[in-house]
Amino acid sequence: MRILKFLNLLILSITFVVSCTKKEDVILVGEYGSLTGDDATFGISTNKGIKMAFDEINAKGGIKGKKIKLITEDNQGKNEETAKVVNRLITQDKVVALLGEVASARSLIAGPIAQKNGIPMVSPSSTNPDVTEKGDFIFRVCFIDPFQGFVMAKFASQNLNVKKAAILRKTGDAYSEGLANVFSTEFKKMGGEIVADLSYQNKDIDFKGQLTEFKAKKPEVIFIPSYYGDVGMIAQQARQLDVKSTLLGGDGWDSPKLHEIGKEAINGSYFSNHYTTESTDPVVVEFIKKFKERYNNETPDGLAALGYDAAKILAEAMERTKDVSSIQIRDELAKTKDFVGVTGKITINEKRNAVKSAVVVQVENEKRKYVTSVAP
Amino acid sequence: MEELLQHLINGLSLGSIYSLIALGYTMVYGILQMINFAHSEVYMMGAFFAYYSAKLLKLENSPSFTTLLIILFITMAMCSLLALSIEKFAYRPLRKQPKLNVLITAIGVSLFLQYVAQIIFGADPKVFPTLINDQLLFEVAGVPVKSFDVTILGVSVTAMFALHFLVYHTKLGQAMRAVSHSPAVASILGINVSRTIAFTFVAGSSLAGIGSILVGIKYQKIEPMMGTMIGLKAFVAAVLGGIGSIAGAVVGGLVLGVSEVLVVVYGSSQYRDALAFGILIFILLFKPAGIFGKNTIEKV
Repeated sequence: MRILKFLNLLILSITFVVSCTKKEDVILVGEYGSLTGDDATFGISTNKGIKMAFDEINAKGGIKGKKIKLITEDNQGKNEETAKVVNRLITQDKVVALLGEVASARSLIAGPIAQKNGIPMVSPSSTNPDVTEKGDFIFRVCFIDPFQGFVMAKFASQNLNVKKAAILRKTGDAYSEGLANVFSTEFKKMGGEIVADLSYQNKDIDFKGQLTEFKAKKPEVIFIPSYYGDVGMIAQQARQLDVKSTLLGGDGWDSPKLHEIGKEAINGSYFSNHYTTESTDPVVVEFIKKFKERYNNETPDGLAALGYDAAKILAEAMERTKDVSSIQIRDELAKTKDFVGVTGKITINEKRNAVKSAVVVQVENEKRKYVTSVAP
Repeated sequence: MEELLQHLINGLSLGSIYSLIALGYTMVYGILQMINFAHSEVYMMGAFFAYYSAKLLKLENSPSFTTLLIILFITMAMCSLLALSIEKFAYRPLRKQPKLNVLITAIGVSLFLQYVAQIIFGADPKVFPTLINDQLLFEVAGVPVKSFDVTILGVSVTAMFALHFLVYHTKLGQAMRAVSHSPAVASILGINVSRTIAFTFVAGSSLAGIGSILVGIKYQKIEPMMGTMIGLKAFVAAVLGGIGSIAGAVVGGLVLGVSEVLVVVYGSSQYRDALAFGILIFILLFKPAGIFGKNTIEKV
């Protein structure tokens, strides 16, 4: 019996020592995202960008001689799962900083948890304004919804020269409602008219009712601020009903699956995005080249680029700290200025949001044709 | 007027899918007095059976009527097999037990299938193969009628008539009606009760399989959680029409489909599910037997 007790103690102390030494030479960074589920390509793309960024930094010797170790948790694209995995990352894995999420609704759940525990969180691509307002530990490296709504309203009225628009929004979704509201006010301010503003719900597959109503009102453009899976189906059903309006959207459209689901129906539509693969900027060209080499010739979407930038900005902030503690990382993140990223020059403002310009692209099968840039 | 006509077409097309699935609920209820909550998962699995069989047979890019028939046949067979094994391993051992036990088992089977499907197929949505082309067939008062809508209505109406024929004009149907009326008396009269129940499951799940293909054709996107909501709606449709009644399930599905489309358009999508479940509460309060009330109920 005594021997057993002794053995137990020995094993315990060994694991203790091992886990201690392990913590010494790596910096743990947590990532949570939708690696499976309805918007799985968001999580997968972001993860690829982040991994590439950290591997580059580790190859150059890491942060202050320590390697960054990324722990990735899958929240299956579900709200309830998000709280669970974020808590696990913070309390069990003891990460010093968090990266995530793409969908604003889920960043809004993770934000308060990170804030309460004093762990800095950098969202690569959540554009809802409320995300960073959850506390001074929450940052983002993308622009916010009011700006994206403004970009598309301006594009519609000035570049496309249209006067009548319709909106199809997803009720209860922070991202979709945010974009729709701003688009509506801005478009009216620019002299346009919103002829119909209808909604659909999570998990809906039939949009023909709303689309038939649009068909009767004859808008020149339909603004659909939603995610690629729904948008693909909406585009298909719109064409089945012979709705001829041009479709517009936001960065939630950015996925290789958009065309797979929407097929020809989605071609010719426009959406606002964070960067364009047609850019000649050497930083972007280099990023695309390295990404293609690493991931089987796959073209990185906007979310991969943002994941990459978020990881790089976090790493830079870590490098500037004295002891890589969470609180110091937070302070240094807030000081980020003129960081040259793939998605443009990023400065973090006093509200912990990134200030930078957006691009508008046109869908042409798997390609995204660059149309114009809109500065803040 | 033109829009209203289009709304009606959309609603009927959605409603006929509800009807197909509602029939499965109603038939099993009619014969076993249990609500087979796993039915919506048989439907979901049907979509994946169709998806993978089209892939295996390399038919995903050759849309034609024959392709549709082949995939329909395979999916119906696979769904029947699945439902038969559910019946044999989960429900049959509990047949003499209180009804509540079977009900809870059904919910368990439903969850089991949902999560197993997530593990096997992955939780991300799949794009359903194109089995038929969507072409403009003709126009009615300026409203285009497309081959998708015609196929969906055509296939579901044919399936429902086939079911009607099976139940009312064959020996097997007679046996089904007898078992539904009184299993004890039916077995005294020499009817193999277990086999009749098994056939009921086969018929119901074949219809669910057809429904899943029609949904796949129409909406392109399939995923392991697709059965939950549509299953609940179909259940409401079955109760609305009068659970246990075949005609009731068909009418209930169509009524629900049309009213949902109208609410979304003239009200708001937020009220749509409230409407569906509001109807359920209303029916349970004022006419628990459903539209096709108790006296004229025709159990399967």
